[in-house]
Amino acid sequence: MTADNLVEVKGLRFGRSGRPIFAGLDLGIRRGSITAIMGPSGTGKTTLLRMITGQLRPEAGTVTVAGENVASLSRRALFDLRRRMGMLFQNSALLTDFSVFENVAFPVRENTRLPEALIRQLVLTKLNSVGLRGAADLMPAELSGGMARRVAMARAMVLDPELLLYDEPFSGLDPISLGVVLRLIRLNNDALGLTSIVVSHDVAEISHIADHCFVISEGRVIASGAPAELADSPSELVRQFMTGAADGPVPFHYPAPDYAEQLLGKPR
Amino acid sequence: MSLPLQLWEGLLHSLRKLGAAVLFLVEILRQCPGALARPKLISQQVRNSGVLSLIIIMTSAFFVGMVIGLQGYDSLSRLRQEDILGAGVALTLFKELGPVVTALLFAGRAGTALASEIGLMRATDQLAAMEVMAIDPIRRIIAPRFIGAVISVPLLTAVFNAIGVLGAWFIGVQVMGVDNGAFWSQMQEFVDPPDIYEGVLKSFVFGVTAGLVAVFEGYNAPPTAEGVGMATTRTVVTTSILVLILDYTITAYLL
Repeated sequence: MTADNLVEVKGLRFGRSGRPIFAGLDLGIRRGSITAIMGPSGTGKTTLLRMITGQLRPEAGTVTVAGENVASLSRRALFDLRRRMGMLFQNSALLTDFSVFENVAFPVRENTRLPEALIRQLVLTKLNSVGLRGAADLMPAELSGGMARRVAMARAMVLDPELLLYDEPFSGLDPISLGVVLRLIRLNNDALGLTSIVVSHDVAEISHIADHCFVISEGRVIASGAPAELADSPSELVRQFMTGAADGPVPFHYPAPDYAEQLLGKPR
Repeated sequence: MSLPLQLWEGLLHSLRKLGAAVLFLVEILRQCPGALARPKLISQQVRNSGVLSLIIIMTSAFFVGMVIGLQGYDSLSRLRQEDILGAGVALTLFKELGPVVTALLFAGRAGTALASEIGLMRATDQLAAMEVMAIDPIRRIIAPRFIGAVISVPLLTAVFNAIGVLGAWFIGVQVMGVDNGAFWSQMQEFVDPPDIYEGVLKSFVFGVTAGLVAVFEGYNAPPTAEGVGMATTRTVVTTSILVLILDYTITAYLL
């Protein structure tokens, strides 16, 4: 493992229902950086995050976080490692019966024995950093999608993790909320000295803040580098992905019989 | 697929599920000490499962009691034995109907609520989020709900029995004219402690069954609207069948 890599994935293989998702995936996440994992839908980006957090086990290969092979850890050791991570889920995954304040306080109450006064300060500080101190008493059902995402971000950061994982943090957000979330990812990473992994296929947005990008397709890394380098990639597939062209190596049309033949042929 | 093969597949599926449920129970029991150390969580679940089921339990119990009173009076009066109505009602309720009907009502009211609540938490990634936050959902979510059910069912059964006896007393004594003193004294005469113990044992076993089925189905519900709906339905069906099978088994063993 390279010394300045916080996460190292080597020869990762994994499949679901007989369909291979990863076929020997290799990548390393540099400490202190924001790394984007991109790729078309269904390439296993979220699955990769779940392997980093130890929710899924690889069929072969290793996922190493802070020098520890995640799949080989005991339950207790895995939970200790998870206390050093935070994850923002695509649908925010807020606890619907708890207020915003209680949602952010939840991991603190469960994992520490801090006095109530300190928990209050900690939670309000984190909520303030995402601009939602005033929403502390609201319930998740009263929040907009962007606000819920920010509360989930505050919750993911509340125990000051080393590694923050973001699963599709921009999906379904209006431009203002999206700008806020982008700014917060960069700000949190730099101000708190975190390492961030952002899974996304919003190429334009992620290119603004990522230090490094990996493009995954068909179970492998097909390109990696700074966002600007990827835009000039020699690979047609990578260029199609980065520019969002409708047709290319990933065809617009799902495989089908000849159009004219099918229109003029017998109805099925 | 041929019929025998389908039956064989069905049997294997059921056995696999039973095995998974037993392993799940073992995991819950392992996490119970941690959950019991937080009585506030348990009391909250006893409220959700037990206190909120009181209305349906009490209403049902009163009508069940009245109907046993009526049927009992009709049968006993043919033998001119109306005086032992109190004893008959009490034995029927304490040993059989109390625990069984309470468990069935519990499955319909609280079991479904538990299964759908946990299933929705799974579907909306709340359980996955807890795991990533290094919080064991079995300890934090499942075990308190299971313990809540195990405490609630015997308590609800006691309430059911008491209200059921009152229902039978109302019909037997107040409406049909059975002697009040005979009603209560015959009950005291014929109901022995082992009869009560049998009911307590059953209600405890049914509490474990109803609680386990509800949390197991919810926890393993496919994360879709249909999956949560199916899990809720299975909770009622499975609990009802298991309660009736276990009721016969325990009765046959004890008699």
